[in-house]
Amino acid sequence: MGYAHDIGGTRYRFGDLAALLARATPPRSGDTLAGVAAASAAERVAAQRALAELPLKTFLAEAVIPYEADEVTRLIQDRHDLGAFAPVAHLTVGGFRDWLLGEGADSAALAALRPGLTPEMVAAVSKIMRIADLVTVAAKCRVTTRFRNTIGLPGTLSIRLQPNHPTDDPRGVAASVLDGLLLGAGDAVIGVNPATDNVEAVMRLLEMLDMVRTRFAIPTQSCVLSHVTTTMLAMERGAPVDLVFQSVGGTEGANRSFGVSLALLKEAREAALALNRGTLGQDVMYFETGQGSALSAEAHHGVDQQTLEARAYAVAREFSPLLVNSVVGFIGPEYLFDGKQIIRAGIEDHFCGKLLGLPMGVDICYTNHAEADQDDMDTLLTLLGVAGVTYIMGVPGADDVMLAYQSTSFHDGLYARAVLGKTPAPEFAAWLDRMGIGRGEAIPPALSPALIGLG
Amino acid sequence: MTAPTRWQDLRRFTQARVGLGRTGHAVPTAAHLDFQEAHARARDAVWSAFDGDRLAAECAGLGVPVLRVASLARDRREFLLRPDLGRRIAEADATRLAGEAASGRIVLVVADGLCAEGVQRHAPALLARLVPVIDVGAIVVAEQARVALGDAVGEALDAAAVVVLIGERPGLSATDSMGAYITWAPRRGRTDAERNCISNIRPAGLGFGDAAAKLLWLLGAARALGATGVALKDEMPAGILPTP
Repeated sequence: MGYAHDIGGTRYRFGDLAALLARATPPRSGDTLAGVAAASAAERVAAQRALAELPLKTFLAEAVIPYEADEVTRLIQDRHDLGAFAPVAHLTVGGFRDWLLGEGADSAALAALRPGLTPEMVAAVSKIMRIADLVTVAAKCRVTTRFRNTIGLPGTLSIRLQPNHPTDDPRGVAASVLDGLLLGAGDAVIGVNPATDNVEAVMRLLEMLDMVRTRFAIPTQSCVLSHVTTTMLAMERGAPVDLVFQSVGGTEGANRSFGVSLALLKEAREAALALNRGTLGQDVMYFETGQGSALSAEAHHGVDQQTLEARAYAVAREFSPLLVNSVVGFIGPEYLFDGKQIIRAGIEDHFCGKLLGLPMGVDICYTNHAEADQDDMDTLLTLLGVAGVTYIMGVPGADDVMLAYQSTSFHDGLYARAVLGKTPAPEFAAWLDRMGIGRGEAIPPALSPALIGLG
Repeated sequence: MTAPTRWQDLRRFTQARVGLGRTGHAVPTAAHLDFQEAHARARDAVWSAFDGDRLAAECAGLGVPVLRVASLARDRREFLLRPDLGRRIAEADATRLAGEAASGRIVLVVADGLCAEGVQRHAPALLARLVPVIDVGAIVVAEQARVALGDAVGEALDAAAVVVLIGERPGLSATDSMGAYITWAPRRGRTDAERNCISNIRPAGLGFGDAAAKLLWLLGAARALGATGVALKDEMPAGILPTP
């Protein structure tokens, strides 16, 4: 079925729902690379007007990727809850924007709506929303998750402590962990990206992180962000695995390129649940996503990268994750070219994730071949803080010496908490207080480096 | 060494920016400007111009033909936005290369990639170690080029294998890293899973002697296997690396 809209005497036609969504998307390099972007500003706004008139119900009748061809489409359609959808079932996409921004759409109404929304509906409405709209609605969403602490409570901002090291040297990683703890980071997770996916190396890191956590009695969780199959092997061999990490995408093909399927993720989650290591809850999964991953895997089916990103959130929410974040500026300038595109995408990703019910964080970041700098990251960080982002990354001095990109620093986390009046997760905040962290530049005796093998 | 008691003592364990101290919630001025300087150098490195003439001249004395080629990306901006164009060469160039066929031999491609600086500086030293010990059919200097451009070049030259020496995306700590990608039986359409890679080649990383030894080992293993990529595991014993 086709769509059309007239602007200034010109009729713009859109062959199907995927084309309509793609042409309506605010500009970004990845959609141009994929050949799906609007050719002009007028075509884009024509698509946005046509999209605004589209009944939300259309998304239940027409799939952007066929049901038979893609297990992510099957997941989305099979899990859709018509009862939950009822409050907005009569609306168009434009009407849905007005509804979301209205006073009736409070935290409780938005939470009740989640099972009735598909990723495509959420992506569609985001395309006709400005940054202020996306921030306003996301700030009303409440998502709380638990493992050894409570993440996502109103008024909190959590931080993943990311202590990467180019050769996975345990003492180098431990030094970055201690540095981050001294600057109040680590309540979301202490999570290392390993330099290799070698299972022995991954197990050494898991054991070291668990040692640090138990020596200092930190109410948090650790994670080594290896491939899910490596983590499963580590669990089989008795390694202390708190969270299972995996990168996921919005199509079956993108997930295949990551070496995963829905069945494999289910199996990994069950293995982690069986370890029963959570004390306050059993949210054991950690997912990363990012616009452009499906195109990069040549598995995008002509769908724009932001709609596919929202579909990745359907994959994530199937497994009740503790944490989900977009790695928004990491994938490169061929997908998001500059600070403006990265900022818009980061705000969209957070909005879509939150509206679908995810504990959404963002890796506010850029690579050195993108047209972006720390000022852009400060802008995105401040906007996301106002939007109530669940967590951000904490990297020593914002410089990841293993992955060679820049994210937010431990100091940036302190800044965001201070200017926005946010606190860490309550259990972690109490621990920081007990340890005497945050009072001057001396290392408190309770956190002596010697206790974790640094001497 | 005494146990660390001061925050900045953590710096002895990692090159990460730990122990920066703080002023309010921010990093002190000196640390802030250190970061700005590192980022400025990385940015300039991405946009640094590749002097193909100079590189070709430096390779001229190695005793093998030195050829030139450019990708379909017309400038740096297009190169960054259109990775597909950086992987392709014009048909006319493919025809021209075919006239220089290096059938069954190894072709060494030197490409700017995401950072010309390191390749410009380090490729001649590595080539000088490689050319005497392997059967090189040609050296090809390639501009605005991504790794997969080597497939098109290798196919046109009918090479047994192609080794692409290419500038790696600069980080804040290194702007002169060079990568080496080996592809057996190169032809257009090969995937990254069909290559082997050595990265971080630079004086402060993997030295030229070690890199040349590893490339030699991988090329030998690839010849024996008739393939590169996931099927070819790097099982080179650590002990056989010469001291740099």
